[in-house]
Amino acid sequence: MATLELYDVRKSFGATAVLHGVNLALNDGEMLVIVGASGCGKSTLLRLIAGLEVPTAGRIVLDGRDVARLDPAERDIAMVFQNYALYPHMSVFDNMAYALKIRGLSRDDIARRVGGTAEMLGLGPLLDRKPRQLSGGQRQRVAMGRAIVREPKLFLFDEPLSNLDAKLRVTMRAEIKRLQRRMGVTSLYVTHDQVEAMTLGDRLLVMHQGVPVQLATPMEVFERPATTYVAGFIGAPAMNLLPGVLCQGGMAVDLGRGMVIPFADGKRDGVDGRKLTIGIRPEHIVLDPAGMMLQIDLIEPLGSETVLIGRMDDGELLSVKVPGRAPAGEAIRVSFPAAMLHVFDAETGLRLG
Amino acid sequence: MKPHTDWLAHSILCTGVALFVLPLWLLLAGATQDGGAIARGELSFVPDLRNLGIFWSVLTDRAPGGSPVWRMMLVSAALALAIAFGKIVISFLSAYAVSFFRFPFRMLCFWTIFITLMLPVEVRIVPTYAVMANFGLINSFTGLAMPLIASATATLLFRQVFLMIPDELVEAARMDGAGPLRFLRDILLPLSAANMAALFVIVFVYGWNQYLWPLLVATDPKLDTIVIGIVKMIGGDTVTDWNRVMAAAVLALLPPVLVVVLMQKWFVKGLTEGDK
Repeated sequence: MATLELYDVRKSFGATAVLHGVNLALNDGEMLVIVGASGCGKSTLLRLIAGLEVPTAGRIVLDGRDVARLDPAERDIAMVFQNYALYPHMSVFDNMAYALKIRGLSRDDIARRVGGTAEMLGLGPLLDRKPRQLSGGQRQRVAMGRAIVREPKLFLFDEPLSNLDAKLRVTMRAEIKRLQRRMGVTSLYVTHDQVEAMTLGDRLLVMHQGVPVQLATPMEVFERPATTYVAGFIGAPAMNLLPGVLCQGGMAVDLGRGMVIPFADGKRDGVDGRKLTIGIRPEHIVLDPAGMMLQIDLIEPLGSETVLIGRMDDGELLSVKVPGRAPAGEAIRVSFPAAMLHVFDAETGLRLG
Repeated sequence: MKPHTDWLAHSILCTGVALFVLPLWLLLAGATQDGGAIARGELSFVPDLRNLGIFWSVLTDRAPGGSPVWRMMLVSAALALAIAFGKIVISFLSAYAVSFFRFPFRMLCFWTIFITLMLPVEVRIVPTYAVMANFGLINSFTGLAMPLIASATATLLFRQVFLMIPDELVEAARMDGAGPLRFLRDILLPLSAANMAALFVIVFVYGWNQYLWPLLVATDPKLDTIVIGIVKMIGGDTVTDWNRVMAAAVLALLPPVLVVVLMQKWFVKGLTEGDK
């Protein structure tokens, strides 16, 4: 158990800068999920913390000690890899015991700790098997066990569920969360899956092109995305982003098509005519007989709800999520509740207010 | 498959087997017959079972101009084993270096090793002899074995095996606290054991069959390998005892055959299986 702090951590591979200065502080026992599209630098960040790469600049402080230039072995960090990386020639027991053997623990200690961890993960009957005799979920569990048995200061998870099928992924997700809570080990979890990000993290770090763009609780990220990138990345289907201009002395936005919506939460800075990007989530758009006309282009029934993708009069697409079945007809009328609007600057993409 | 193609395939296979086995059978049968008869060209296909004792006598008696066959076989075995183990150890370590470590001129080292593929002992025999002579290793066992040990082929084979090992496995070992030597011993060695066994079989046979280099570098009869010994039994001043030559050849065949048969399972596994 430990705290982790990153101070302006940068990484370049040759001339290519991958991380442009990351500052971060993890509380003891916290689970932080790093989420972002592939190539955003999230895996590199994890590998820097693990010690598999050396940062170009910056400090990585684990439990008060700068570990940025230490060997992975000296950091007391355990990592769960995407493809599990189990030693194929060792039994489950030996896989889990390997790190303990290297540290010179006695036979009895090793047997006791591996036994206890295996018990906790339901791996008891599998201890003599080789990895190739295990199913995907079991291998995943062994990979977790190998990390847990070391009782490290920090857990790192590198997309550990992406090789599992959808159903197993849900089960293992819940299990990881339960285990992490129970053990109280500070953890970093990298994923590109927003459902994993939302459900697992105490806090979320959204990364984009090597820069952390928002660090907050999952609900905060969902409710108050800091930039248009975060707004579009978190939530499915993605948030609708529409161009608009500031009007009425900063009190409302003009979305064109005769739609002028007053801000529910007060005035925005700037002169009238300032270019804005307005975000609204598909599930927040309401059916309204007096609203804007939308030609239905595509209907995606999800069972409990239905996603409608419609065309506005200028041909732009808009997605709308309605509970239950799709309404009848070729077109619907919708309106945007003022309280549900997200207002961003059109040029910088930053949230306004 | 249709029955008649099956039949055809089998007859082709049988012809192949016959072509392969016939000389061996002649060797075996000839060993038990009268040397004079063979010299006159009267070689029978039927072995004379009363003369099976020839093998024992060839094995233990001093051959003309040298040591008894058992001694030559011992030299051959020692040479083949030294070459096999030496090659495996050296190639394994050099492949480990070029595959897993970043050091200056790494690729230069790799290509230098690679280029020696084009320079087998036969090509560089004169300079190699000169080097061995300067080291004072002519007529020594070390001089016999050493030039045959360095091997680009084996290094390339191991490098290929190592390239198949996923990066994450290396990283997992690093996270677990395994240093380079521990990784070599605990992870790399067991994972390449099958390939090593396959290599051992190939190299043992290669070492056993060496002729040109031993002929050149070791003139001391004490260092005669069995291959050299058989050649020495032919011709020379005395009349060739063809039956004894054939018996010696049969005996010379046994160790490589034994190695191949005993290690067959591993051999096939090492060449075909990739369970990494």
